[in-house]
Amino acid sequence: MKKVLVAAIFLVWAAGLCILPLLLSFGNPAATDMDTYFLRNGQAAAAANNIVTSVVFDFRGFDTLGESVVLFTAVTGVALMFRARKEGEEHEDE
Amino acid sequence: MVFFNLPYVAVVVLTLIGLATIVLKRNLIKIFLGITILESAVNLFLVSLGYREGGIAPIYTNAPEGLMVLPTPQALTLTSIVIGVATTALLLSFAIIIWKKYGSIEIGFLRRLKE
Amino acid sequence: MRMSKIVRTGACILYPLIIIFGLYVVVHGHLTPGGGFQGGAVIATAAALVLVAFSHREVAGMVRKAVFSAQESLGLLLFIGAGILGLLAGAPFFANILANSGLLFGLTVPPGPNPGELNTAGVIPLMNIAVGVEVWGGLAIILMYLFSATGGEGT
Repeated sequence: MKKVLVAAIFLVWAAGLCILPLLLSFGNPAATDMDTYFLRNGQAAAAANNIVTSVVFDFRGFDTLGESVVLFTAVTGVALMFRARKEGEEHEDE
Repeated sequence: MVFFNLPYVAVVVLTLIGLATIVLKRNLIKIFLGITILESAVNLFLVSLGYREGGIAPIYTNAPEGLMVLPTPQALTLTSIVIGVATTALLLSFAIIIWKKYGSIEIGFLRRLKE
Repeated sequence: MRMSKIVRTGACILYPLIIIFGLYVVVHGHLTPGGGFQGGAVIATAAALVLVAFSHREVAGMVRKAVFSAQESLGLLLFIGAGILGLLAGAPFFANILANSGLLFGLTVPPGPNPGELNTAGVIPLMNIAVGVEVWGGLAIILMYLFSATGGEGT
C-alpha cells in the first residue's frame, strides 16, 4: 500500500516535470535584453574580454561577496566541528 | 518535439533520480549524493536556459564570429556551484559527527530526538 | 596503510604543476574561461592529491592548519578591500575605478574579438586573485579537517 502511494506520488511528480520540455524550447531564450546589454557594453565598461567574469565581479559584485561569505561561513562551521579540544573540555562527541 | 529539448529531458530525469534518492534511501551518504544530483539538475537547467542556437562562449579573446550565449545564467550557475560545494562540505562534516556519536549513519538509528 | 612509492613520487612530481595551472587559471580569469573560484578549486585538488598520497599526520607535520585558515581570511579581506577601493575614490562600493584608467590593470580593450591583453580589466584581476586565495585556503582546510576526522591512521 505504502509502495503504491510512493509510486503514485512519483508519477505525479514526473508528469508535472514533463511539462518543462514540452513548453520550453531549447536554444531560443525568451527575454534577452539584459544579456544583450552585457554583451554589447560589458567589454567597454569593465574592460574585460570574459563577459562572465565581468558579470560575476563587476555588474553583480555584491552577489559574489555574499557567495564568498557563504564559503567562509561553511569553512568556519567545519573548523568549529573538528577543532582540537582542550584537556578536560566537555563535548558531546564519542 | 521532445527530442529537440534533450537537455530539459535530462533535467527532468536527473531531478527524479535525485528526489527518489533523497526520499527512498536510508543511508545519510546516499541522501547527500541525491542532494548533489539534484543540484546538478538545477545547474544544468540554468545553463541550458541561457543557450542560444549556434552560440559561442561569451568571451571575446580570439572569438570567432557568431552569436554569443547569455552570460548571466552562467554567472548564477557559478554562484550555485560554489554554494553547493560549501553545503556538501558541511553535510559531510555532519555525517562524520553523527557517525562518531551513534556509530551508524542509517537514519533508522537516529531516533533519539523523538524521545 | 602507506601508499606505494609510485603514488608518492607521482604526487610529488604532479602537485607543483597543478598549482601552476591553477595560478594560470586564476590570473587569466578575465581573458580565458576560468576565474578565482575555478582556479582556487584546481589548486585545492593539489592539496587533495598530497593528502591522499601521504597520510594526514605527515601533511600536518609539514603545513599547519592555521596557515590555510589565515590564507582564507586574507583572501576575503583582500576581496572586500578591492571593493572598498571604489569607496576611497568617491565612487560606489564595488565600482570598477581602475578600468580604462591607465593605472594598474588599466589599459583599454579594443571592441570586438581581440587577442587579449593581461593588463586590462581594472579591479577584476585583483578580485580574481583574492577569491582564488580564499577558495584555495578554504577548500584545503576543509579537506584537511575531513581527513583528520576520519581516523587519520588509515589514509
